[in-house]
Amino acid sequence: MNKTIRQLVAAVALMVPAVGAFAASEGPALEKAPINIQDTESLQRGAQTFVNYCLSCHSASAMRYNRLTDIGLSEEQIKSNLMFATDKIGEQMNVAMDKKDAKAWFGATPPDLSVIARSRGADYLYGYLRGFYRDPSRPTGWNNLVFDKVGMPHILWEWQGEQELRTHKGADGHEEHKLELVKAGTLTKLENGKANTVEFDKRMADLTNFLVYIGEPVQVKRHQVGYTVLLYLFLLLLPFAYFLKKEYWKDIH
Amino acid sequence: MSEQHVDAGRRRFLTVATSAVGGVAAAGVAVPFLMSFAPSERAKAAGAPVEVDISKLEPGQKINVEWRGKPVWVLSRTPEQLKNLSTIEGELLDPKCESPEQPDYCKNQTRSIKPEILVAVGICTHLGCSPTHRPDIAPADLGPKWVGGFYCPCHGSKFDLSARVYSGVPAPKNMEIPPHKYLTDTTLLIGDDK
Amino acid sequence: MSTGQKILNWVDERFPLSSMMKEHVTEYYAPKNFNFWYFFGSLALLVLVIQIVTGIFLTMNYKPDGTLNGAGIPVAFASVEYIMRDVAGGWIIRYMHSTGASMFFVVVYLHMFRGVIYGSYKQPRELVWVFGTLIFLVLMAEAFMGYLLPWGQMSFWGAQVIVNLFASIPVIGPDLSVFIRGDFVVGDATLNRFFALHVIAVPLILLALVVAHLIALHEVGSNNPDGVEIKKLKGEDGKPLDGIPFHPYYTVKDVLGVAVFLIVFSAIVFFAPEMGGYFLEHPNFDQADPLKTPAHIAPVWYFTPFYAILRAVPSFAGTQVWGVLAMGAAVVLIAFLPWLDKSPVKSIRYRGPKFKIMLTLFITAFIGLGILGALPSTNLRTIVAQLFSFIYFAFFLGMPFYTKNDVGSTPVPTRVTMSTPARQVRFVVLVVVTLVAATLFAKFI
Repeated sequence: MNKTIRQLVAAVALMVPAVGAFAASEGPALEKAPINIQDTESLQRGAQTFVNYCLSCHSASAMRYNRLTDIGLSEEQIKSNLMFATDKIGEQMNVAMDKKDAKAWFGATPPDLSVIARSRGADYLYGYLRGFYRDPSRPTGWNNLVFDKVGMPHILWEWQGEQELRTHKGADGHEEHKLELVKAGTLTKLENGKANTVEFDKRMADLTNFLVYIGEPVQVKRHQVGYTVLLYLFLLLLPFAYFLKKEYWKDIH
Repeated sequence: MSEQHVDAGRRRFLTVATSAVGGVAAAGVAVPFLMSFAPSERAKAAGAPVEVDISKLEPGQKINVEWRGKPVWVLSRTPEQLKNLSTIEGELLDPKCESPEQPDYCKNQTRSIKPEILVAVGICTHLGCSPTHRPDIAPADLGPKWVGGFYCPCHGSKFDLSARVYSGVPAPKNMEIPPHKYLTDTTLLIGDDK
Repeated sequence: MSTGQKILNWVDERFPLSSMMKEHVTEYYAPKNFNFWYFFGSLALLVLVIQIVTGIFLTMNYKPDGTLNGAGIPVAFASVEYIMRDVAGGWIIRYMHSTGASMFFVVVYLHMFRGVIYGSYKQPRELVWVFGTLIFLVLMAEAFMGYLLPWGQMSFWGAQVIVNLFASIPVIGPDLSVFIRGDFVVGDATLNRFFALHVIAVPLILLALVVAHLIALHEVGSNNPDGVEIKKLKGEDGKPLDGIPFHPYYTVKDVLGVAVFLIVFSAIVFFAPEMGGYFLEHPNFDQADPLKTPAHIAPVWYFTPFYAILRAVPSFAGTQVWGVLAMGAAVVLIAFLPWLDKSPVKSIRYRGPKFKIMLTLFITAFIGLGILGALPSTNLRTIVAQLFSFIYFAFFLGMPFYTKNDVGSTPVPTRVTMSTPARQVRFVVLVVVTLVAATLFAKFI
């Protein structure tokens, strides 16, 4: 039932984004990110990664720490595991790094990530987080397949290891780019030239999931309220309004 | 129009029923709009309890802390000042704190949890000015019976060192004692007592 | 006499309450053959109320301030997220307002379409139509200014581009743009004045125009799908034979229309508020950055037909103002329909093949332009947009010629006709064909 309504609306809405395909025309085809914002464990893992690795440079200033009770954490758990920069649980996820310093060090201010999932989309973020590769021509030594010439270094390189960019001619004669794992990390394996990135991909899925959640923390509740509203309108207001109209219009021929 | 029989009862039922369903829907829609008036998360965070370190608080010393935009006094009274609280009770309007300006655990003579530490909202109960701390004994402007307290310069209200109001002054009530508790012996939390 | 009756009498002696109720509701006789196309006027009124109420509550928490806060986010942008997260129920209010903005244009376009197919703009209803065109123009201004307020990338750059259009006007252009913006680029000054205009000035103008629109309509009475003037045939009671009192028949029918509308509206608000990036655009979740132009600036979907016309016109004699003029003319021409249409017949049901062909071309062109306006230009797309723009203007400017003797084979009836299964089937078929064609065009262009 839950999915059916969403699919129905999506089917109608699909007429519309038929036009929107152009949006991703620049850049590589993006793999679908496995998002499930009702998976609280995934969100908790993502929260942990986010707080430990991302918050040093990026703020999420629209997100308050105490909102994380949404994803099944108690205030105690949030305070002891996820709060390093402040002790007030009602405060927002601000960053310690000075924005001007950041701009000087990285060439661009690390953007606030509160609604990044709504502007770039989950697929982009999932691809981005797994898309870093070694590039000696860049100041940080890293580049990214999804965001060319990005100023951000590969923060999670210890987990992923190192990838390199391979270029070859595709079936239609166009140049195709692919990333290949050349050195394993703590969450990836390289055996006989075959790369196993399942663990790392899962962590990045968790992180993407978390970013989708903080993009709109109310989305699960939004759906719940929506079912109630639509059921009420469809099963109560609509039938009564219909029969009322029909009854009066019996007069008219 | 039509000559067929109009079922007035059915029409009335359907009209009432549809109106009722519509009314409930309207009430439902009103809910988020009315809810939006409640203090937001930002307001609640700004009004969050405040922790105060009183390890360095000397007897006789008062520090000021802000909580919910209001000044809160944390005053350490000397043994002498605590003794004097009984001597002027005859001049107070509500010495037994019958009126509910303090939490139940502060309904005592010192209006506090720890006898010497007073935690009070520093706003005069007359028209909202912040009274001055007058610990001095028998100054010229407050008379020979003054054993220390708070004097409001706006309209002359007087309070003792437990922030209890004197009789015959413009202020009608004792000053407010906010909910508070001690997290440790030297850490006070103002705004929360659960 | 009951207390209620006594109070009513007291009021009626001092204010024409009962007489107004009679004149405009309980004894306003409307044609009995209103069909699907006649829901959209009352729905437009409903959406107006929704926008005003949600707008008021948004204004309680929104801050029109383009400066950066401590976290480096513009205060205006941050205040929208504040509403979405920190204000209890704020997210519903925000989504209702953003959905309402787009639904306003859905409803208004369909409402205008009804006027075109049934000749509702023809004498004696020209003024109703002129007020309506003014409402459309003012609504576009209202939407444009409202869109700046979230202060995202699309807000900022969309405003920058459109205000710069005024700069292309010869001689006074550049100064005019500075005057509108209050600065040399879109900035805090622009944001604050657009806020004031969007929240109070333009809504007041809109309300006044809507009242005028309704008064003008009630003065002459409503048209109907057959284009028959019901006042020509009256019964012994002096009431039109084909008329029925608005209350209770159309109040009850409009309640049903509202119920269906609310289902669609709620489905969007709760399950697809972004509508694939068309109601809430993805780049607008990036804060406004005057130093970074987005890769692709597109107006919101409801402006795309006119934007496509703007882009299709090349620059001549060193100025781009022709595109601006064409875009303006495309909107203003709508007001002239009552005088461009020389047909003796109102409703498309009784018109000849020329009008039907031109209308089909017009619908194709309008939807096609809308799709093209949302896409980046290519050589092919520009040529198609130019073709469609030509058709758009030909529909209006050619009208005095192709409507003159264009009458259909079926004569206009003296009495109105009600719906038939055949008509209902035809309607569904045409809607499906239009949607399929539009989707295919969008996919392959």
